[in-house]
Amino acid sequence: MSARQWGRDLAMGARFAFAGGREGWTRALLTAVGVGLGVALLLLTTAIPNALAERDRREEARSDHTFGQQELPRADNTLVVVDADTTYRDRDVRGRLLEPEGAKAPRPPGVAAFPADGEMVVSPALKELLASDDGKLLRERLPYRISGTIGEQGLVGSQELAYYAGGKGLMERLAGPAGGARIDSFGNPDLTSSDPWDPVLILLVLVVFVVLLMPVAVFIAAAVRFGGEQRDRRLAALRLVGSDSRMTRRIAAGEALAGSVLGLVLGTGFFLLGRQLAASAEVFRISVFPSYLNPSPLLAVLVALAVPTAAVLVTILALRGVVIEPLGVVRTARPARRRLWWRLLLPLGGLALLYPMVGQGDDGGNFNQYLVVGGVMLLLIGVTALLPWVVETVVARLGSGGVAWQLAVRRLQLSSGVAARMVNGIAVAVAGAIALQMLFAGVEGTYTRASEYDVSRAQMSVDVEDRTDTAATIAKYRDTEGMRKVTALSDIHLGDRRGEAETLIQVTVADCASLREVATLRDCRDGDVFAVKGSEYEGDSERLAKPGTTLWAESDDSGRPGDRAVSWTVPHDIRRAESREDPTGYERGGILITPGALPEKLGAFVSTRLFLSVDPSVPDAYDHVRNTAARIDPTVQPMTWRSIESNDRYAAIRTGLSVGAACVLALIGASMLVSQLEQLRERRKLLSSLVAFGTRRRTLSLSVLWQTAIPIGLGLLLAATVGIALGAVLLRMTNTSVRVDWPSVLSMTGIGAGVVLVVTLLSLPPLLKLMRPDGLRTE
Amino acid sequence: MTAPAGSLLVARDLRKAYGPTTALDGAEFSIHPGEVVAVMGPSGSGKSTLLHCLAGIVTPDSGSITYDGREVTAMSDAERSALRRSAFGFVFQFGQLVPELTCVENVALPLRLSGSSRKEAERTALAWMERLEVDDLRKKRPGEVSGGQGQRVAVARSLVTNPRVVFADEPTGALDSFNGERVMELLTDAARSANTAVVLVTHEARVAAYSDREIVVRDGRSRDMERVV
Amino acid sequence: MSIGHTLLGLLESGPRHGYDLKRAFDEKFGHDRPLHYGQVYSTMSRLLKNGLVEVDGIEAGGGPERKRYAITEAGITDVERWLATPEKPEPYLQSTLYTKVVLALLTHRDAADILDGQRSEHLRSMRILTDRKRKGDLADQLICDHALFHLEADLRWLELTAARLDKLREAVAR
Repeated sequence: MSARQWGRDLAMGARFAFAGGREGWTRALLTAVGVGLGVALLLLTTAIPNALAERDRREEARSDHTFGQQELPRADNTLVVVDADTTYRDRDVRGRLLEPEGAKAPRPPGVAAFPADGEMVVSPALKELLASDDGKLLRERLPYRISGTIGEQGLVGSQELAYYAGGKGLMERLAGPAGGARIDSFGNPDLTSSDPWDPVLILLVLVVFVVLLMPVAVFIAAAVRFGGEQRDRRLAALRLVGSDSRMTRRIAAGEALAGSVLGLVLGTGFFLLGRQLAASAEVFRISVFPSYLNPSPLLAVLVALAVPTAAVLVTILALRGVVIEPLGVVRTARPARRRLWWRLLLPLGGLALLYPMVGQGDDGGNFNQYLVVGGVMLLLIGVTALLPWVVETVVARLGSGGVAWQLAVRRLQLSSGVAARMVNGIAVAVAGAIALQMLFAGVEGTYTRASEYDVSRAQMSVDVEDRTDTAATIAKYRDTEGMRKVTALSDIHLGDRRGEAETLIQVTVADCASLREVATLRDCRDGDVFAVKGSEYEGDSERLAKPGTTLWAESDDSGRPGDRAVSWTVPHDIRRAESREDPTGYERGGILITPGALPEKLGAFVSTRLFLSVDPSVPDAYDHVRNTAARIDPTVQPMTWRSIESNDRYAAIRTGLSVGAACVLALIGASMLVSQLEQLRERRKLLSSLVAFGTRRRTLSLSVLWQTAIPIGLGLLLAATVGIALGAVLLRMTNTSVRVDWPSVLSMTGIGAGVVLVVTLLSLPPLLKLMRPDGLRTE
Repeated sequence: MTAPAGSLLVARDLRKAYGPTTALDGAEFSIHPGEVVAVMGPSGSGKSTLLHCLAGIVTPDSGSITYDGREVTAMSDAERSALRRSAFGFVFQFGQLVPELTCVENVALPLRLSGSSRKEAERTALAWMERLEVDDLRKKRPGEVSGGQGQRVAVARSLVTNPRVVFADEPTGALDSFNGERVMELLTDAARSANTAVVLVTHEARVAAYSDREIVVRDGRSRDMERVV
Repeated sequence: MSIGHTLLGLLESGPRHGYDLKRAFDEKFGHDRPLHYGQVYSTMSRLLKNGLVEVDGIEAGGGPERKRYAITEAGITDVERWLATPEKPEPYLQSTLYTKVVLALLTHRDAADILDGQRSEHLRSMRILTDRKRKGDLADQLICDHALFHLEADLRWLELTAARLDKLREAVAR
């Protein structure tokens, strides 16, 4: 067989792909759109590492923290930077106060000129927010005049909220709790390579990629088969005019090739379009600039080669069980009953690849990336191989029901393969996602700290700066809109002797109401002193809290209120009390003093923290609190408590997975819709005749629903099984105890089911349209 | 023109256009219970549209259709569907059997749509299949039977609900004359014995010869030949 | 139809009386027009004269003369030759219908009416034939089908002419 002959046949196929009038075009376009969506997703995936790296690079270039120990002296080229981050509703705002100390002070990336005192430069997204009604509260918090915007170079995402405000005397603030430094340059060259990723995290990343890309592959495979029936008829016609069976196969391959090449073009277009759209979107609080999304050339070439090749291979495979005769296409009678054994081999093989790695996650040992990827892929491909068997076997046993059910079941019995192909993508995506969610939930112990904060007692906390008037500060918070209760606890640590103390005892100063948050007090009056037994340092507390003991308060190295030590004697009327967990979950011990019993001179040594309980029903209660804090000091950030705190990087992976899964499911939903519509169009005449003898629309709609729901239901069941199995293996690999994360199983299957519903709903209008009697017209 | 007394289904001055194409332009029709009326005419003359209108599948732009004293054009879609389920039967040229269902399930379908139990519906269906001499095909799917057999299954299906009118649109169009005539014979025999009227759209004279009378549709207008001659 | 050849053919299976011959003929071919006995008698005497049959015997007994006829070798050859000779297809070139249509067009009468009326008449005959076919045996069916096909051919011509009336009107007017 000469290459020329091959070329001629392929070219002929390519011509057929676009010939054939409107229908031909529609089909070619459907295929191309399907492949194009897949290609766009592939390109996006290959671009994500670059995008993340670019974000990292920019983040690092604007880094203003010095990790060096020695402080820079004030000079012509220094700049004082003070952190003034804040949170608005659920979005973080990166904020810095800047004070250049000389003409050569370094400017942050993206900032053309330093803002003067009382002015600020803002990111475009922040500018927009401040200008809108939504930004009213934030505007109060940032009372600076906007003097310019931060350029793209200084931002890590198009939707990032950031500002640089000018300030005066910032160096003084640095003496306080505010973060910041005097720097002579931005960026931190010492910090180029962040700490190496944990092998478990790498495992997660690998699995995320496999899980996201597998459904795309399945989807592309399905897309090149759009319009299969018509193509079969055309191939038969070709046989009739004398092409041999090999030629027809090559022509079919040519058609697929043409569709997929057009798909590549469209995909590139979609990708570029998506890249632009990406600038205006913020998904899971991550936004990017279009310029970030550059796929690495090698991967892009790989995609460009792999997609058409896969298209041709899939077509040839699909035609394997088909005999194209001049008078029609014969599917080898009744296809041989699907066999189970080799289908089972795939997932079992996957398990076998993963099994040797069980338990390696703990000791920092690395996983063999190839085995991980291979194992996970085999398991997931196993889903696609098992699904047709499962659908066929179950559907063959489905019993009787209403007409809609009967129509759906019978159709599935006749062509279960088609149905299974349709849901394969969803099944793979769901299986992978379930496994990943399990893995995430399982390793949560290591990567997510369940915080002990009791959010029912207080939802925020804020430190009161030592130099400020504590009582006035408390009053300001009390007056804040939506404030329910302010608990103010002041701490001093008293030593057992003057000079170098051997033992320290914690002394908590607060009024009776606040003290009741940390101890169970039967009766309490101002002037009372209590000794409490905490969970820690019990022996010392017991010893030092004895009446008559003299304790010493001493200034620390920072040289605060003078350098005189102050003594305090434990009074004789000290009473015992039971400690209870404070809102942070800490059971404190030591001595509790009401303000009336505190000697004046000790007052200078206390540091105060406020626990704030807000009324959640008041809108923006948190932001009112933050505004109060900013009025007191813009560098103070009240901490908002959440019941769970998670490791940032882990959160990023989870975020990536959620974004990807959403995209993949949407894609698959689209492809299901396309094949559903195609199927409906082919049955136009039948539908019309069913309507003629009085079939209710409801019946046919329901049968369409069943027809999707049955295979999807089975697919989700199988996906859940395989997903849980895969999740269990992955958890064993990381040496974490196996626990099924039911909420995520349910939510993933729920999402899958949601896709079915949406697809069915979207295919109803065309169904109803096809059910109009026009279909009966033969003229 | 006045409809003869005792007519089951009467249409007057039907007009229907599909976009710029006029399909019916003042067509008239009437049929008695148990009567077989052939609707003839060249292709594109509006025969099928007339049938679709009469059967309540298509709503005419104007004109009236009375079935058993009720105005069909005034009915809601649901009412017309119910009427088609209970009182009408249908046979088309092709593409009417659900390919996934077995023949007996296809025949039972109208009964099941009206709410009969599966068992009962299939028992009745089988009786009709026997009558049309296709009971041996009950387990086969439409793809596995010949064209003539398939049409007989379709005829069985059209009669299974004991309809008062069967609408047959070129029921023999895809068959050779032997099979076509056999189908016509079985259809008209069964219809006559059940006092079911048949509206038979055909362009074949030998098929039309199974009717009691014919009307001719030309350019959207119908002519009742009985009254002309 | 050649009655002589038909009777000869009937004799081939064995000698028969004249009365038997009439009955066999009526049964198989007579349908709506049974043979008169006189016709049988005159035909047989012509065949006898030509040497195609011979008298096998005369039975005495009640009734008129009862001759038994047998076919001769020459008779068999004659039947054979008749069967082997194809019938000449009828040319149908002289059509009254065509004449009527053209005349209607020439005199500006409604030719479509004529065609419709004719179709109706044809269909009426076809209905009668179809009805008979349904009630009759195989022989009836074949004979009726023959007629039906011919009538159908006429009907097709009627349809075709109806579709081309406008063109025909132009051609006639020229």
